[in-house]
Amino acid sequence: MAETSSLRLAVALDGAGWHPAAWREPDARPGDLFTAGYWADLVQTAERGRLDFVTIEDGLALQSSRMSRVDGRTDQVRGRLDAVLIAARVAPLTRRIGLVPSVTVTHTEPFHVSKAIATLDYVSSGRAGVRVQVSGRSHEAAHFGRRQLPDHLYRDRDRPENTELLHDLFEEAGDYVEVVRRLWDSWEDDAEIRDSETGRFVDRDRLHYIDFQGRFFSVRGPSITPRPPQGQPLVTALAHSTVPYRFAAQHADVVYVTPFDEEQAGTIVAEVRGEQQITGRAPSELKIFAELVVFVDDTEMAARDRKSRLDDLDGAEYHSDAHVFAGTPLQLADLVAAWGAAGLDGVRLRPGALPHDLDALVSGLVPELQGRGLSRPDYTTATLRGHLGLTRPANRFAAV
Amino acid sequence: MSATPHMHLGAHFPGVNNTTVWSDPRSGSHIEFDSFVKFARTAERAKFDFLFLAEGLRLREQSGQIYDLDVVGRPDTFTVLAGLAAVTDRLGLAGTINSTFNEPYEVARQFASLDHLSAGRAAWNVVTSWDAFTGENFRRGGFLPQAERYARARQFMLTAWELFDSWGTDEIRADKDSGTFLETGRPGLFEHHDDYFDIGGCFNVPRSPQGRPVIFQAGDSDEGRDFAAETADAIFSRHGSLEAGQAFYRDVKGRMARFGRTPEQLVVLPATTFALADTDSEARELAHSVREQQVSGQTAIKLLEQLWNRDLSAHDPDGPLPQIDPLLGENTIARGRASVRMYKDPLATAAEWRQRAEAKSLSIRQLIIEVTGRQSFVGSPETIALTMEKFVKEGASDGFILVPHITPGGLDEFADRVIPILQERGSFRADYEGETLRDHLGVGASTTRGRFARTGS
Repeated sequence: MAETSSLRLAVALDGAGWHPAAWREPDARPGDLFTAGYWADLVQTAERGRLDFVTIEDGLALQSSRMSRVDGRTDQVRGRLDAVLIAARVAPLTRRIGLVPSVTVTHTEPFHVSKAIATLDYVSSGRAGVRVQVSGRSHEAAHFGRRQLPDHLYRDRDRPENTELLHDLFEEAGDYVEVVRRLWDSWEDDAEIRDSETGRFVDRDRLHYIDFQGRFFSVRGPSITPRPPQGQPLVTALAHSTVPYRFAAQHADVVYVTPFDEEQAGTIVAEVRGEQQITGRAPSELKIFAELVVFVDDTEMAARDRKSRLDDLDGAEYHSDAHVFAGTPLQLADLVAAWGAAGLDGVRLRPGALPHDLDALVSGLVPELQGRGLSRPDYTTATLRGHLGLTRPANRFAAV
Repeated sequence: MSATPHMHLGAHFPGVNNTTVWSDPRSGSHIEFDSFVKFARTAERAKFDFLFLAEGLRLREQSGQIYDLDVVGRPDTFTVLAGLAAVTDRLGLAGTINSTFNEPYEVARQFASLDHLSAGRAAWNVVTSWDAFTGENFRRGGFLPQAERYARARQFMLTAWELFDSWGTDEIRADKDSGTFLETGRPGLFEHHDDYFDIGGCFNVPRSPQGRPVIFQAGDSDEGRDFAAETADAIFSRHGSLEAGQAFYRDVKGRMARFGRTPEQLVVLPATTFALADTDSEARELAHSVREQQVSGQTAIKLLEQLWNRDLSAHDPDGPLPQIDPLLGENTIARGRASVRMYKDPLATAAEWRQRAEAKSLSIRQLIIEVTGRQSFVGSPETIALTMEKFVKEGASDGFILVPHITPGGLDEFADRVIPILQERGSFRADYEGETLRDHLGVGASTTRGRFARTGS
């Protein structure tokens, strides 16, 4: 088992890195972004650093500097591959690291996503998770034509009709995760019996209709895919405010939050734990990770210079929904340790530029944290839940 | 035309029906990834064109209960194929994906992604269904009237095709010095408005190596054949006998000229099982014993019920056929099963079965073994190789999709014993000659739809 005092480390992979000009760095590989080899190299690097998991960003529209429309820019990376398929493509090439692709719940089918993540768990022998995301972007909705969303849902979120719509989108996401989870449990672990005597391949009493009926949809079940190796693959979500905190407190195993300093980290942790207490879930069942965009070099000056150089190339100073760090591995270790002391279970680091900042995390930050006893020296378990100290849950449908 | 035209071969991972014999001691997992890896590696070692996965989106039921006599359960198609792309280099990766319970934007980005991640080896078998039974697993429900399922499937595929073609070939510049990543500001721009899809915006996956992944179709109706002749690269055919195969082959290829296409742009591949042994007579014995394993007494009654549309559990599988007639109307006894729709005139089929059983003194089980068998090649390696060649030479097919009855090792013996003979005779490739599945199949590039459509092609 992993030590409870250690900090968990995840890396968020997205294109050439999180800075919009990262693809222009000398070691960037912008021509390879849509090849399997690019992603395999990154995830294998992360695994060499013994990171708990990688997430892979995704979305149902072109990347844009605008919330709900294409911005027409030609100087930044545009285009993505499906994150679940990237994760499946790299799974056979890695052995221990967790694989957490992003999935938009607003426009997709919980039945499909449940079996896709269950299958990722089979392909990776128990290393699958998912980052669920809600989409309130009107142009993504127009790619599906099944619902209309207002153009400025986020900007005008204080309008009563928009506040209500956002609540509904998260309530729908909650139902979605509930369905995904029930489908994972819809086969008991020993449902496949292969009993030649009676000619039965499965014991149908160990298969369960989930019969979910909610405000937004209903799903009958059971899944077509048996219960995955972890039982319940990891469900994760990014959250910036009370409504998504509540969603995560109820439905997620990991929530990513965005404090800008140590004090705020403590405040957010308190709020999330408060929401969690209302749901009755034990504190250990939800891990809180802080988001950090990182530019890491041997000197603080070098890191700051690199970020400014990228800012100049992009024509604007880079800001993010998360704290932007530029400095040395030692400074980053200090920051992460301080935030850990404020009650966080781990960090999800967003490399400013790839592969540079990922390499720096693996060769600099990780050994530093290991030296301080804040990070385990090697993987001690084989599954993603295991890495996070989460047990394999009992099946909700199994008779006890 | 050479004397022995090259054939194309697909390897069908054994499915969730009674063709697959799970009770055999050699039978392994249908879910664990290792089974798929082993099967794929055998297919690639034998230079098969592609591996093929079927799909079913609800567990089958009979008489209101989950059907438990066959293999039950399967993993997600896209996820398995993407994983297999990591452990194979040339093998095509073909997945069946239903157009009814999906949206074009999502499916197009999944197939385009698979094509990128496999460096040009993706194929989509486009199928459709309408049943409310399967729809109960989806938030949209069983929304589609039966009569419209082909119309929607057609529009779905054409829309996805526009999305596959929505990025220019040289859209990505990725020029670090000038800071130009894209050629234009709105790559993937599309608009599609018809009775089923009212969508527009920008597709977010760059054009994939094959442009449009290889398209398979399996529809057999007049409408389905036209659609295949117009748009498909390959047909998964059920016309396995020589004569039926020739008629189907002539018919479909004959339709292509109307759509400005030539016969080489579409390959017709019937699905077929095989029973292979040292001698023809041993193979016949093997085939018989496999059929007996595929159709137990219990299975025979269940398959009979699917035509009769009634509970026949009181009947003895070793006894005669029921005197009572099939129940007409909607088939309510078996759900989630495409095969029941093939019984278009249950009374006539029942009469025919009774006659056959009486004439040959067959029990229910013996009859079902006879009438539900799939096309099968039975014989020594030489016999099977020559039979396959004959089908291709005589215009019944361009090759085959082979369906082993054992998972995952059911293809091994075929790869070891039949493939070398075909290769030696020059009727199957000795090695891959191209990189992509389109290269293997020799169907050429697909025409381009949407805003980059070439006119007058």
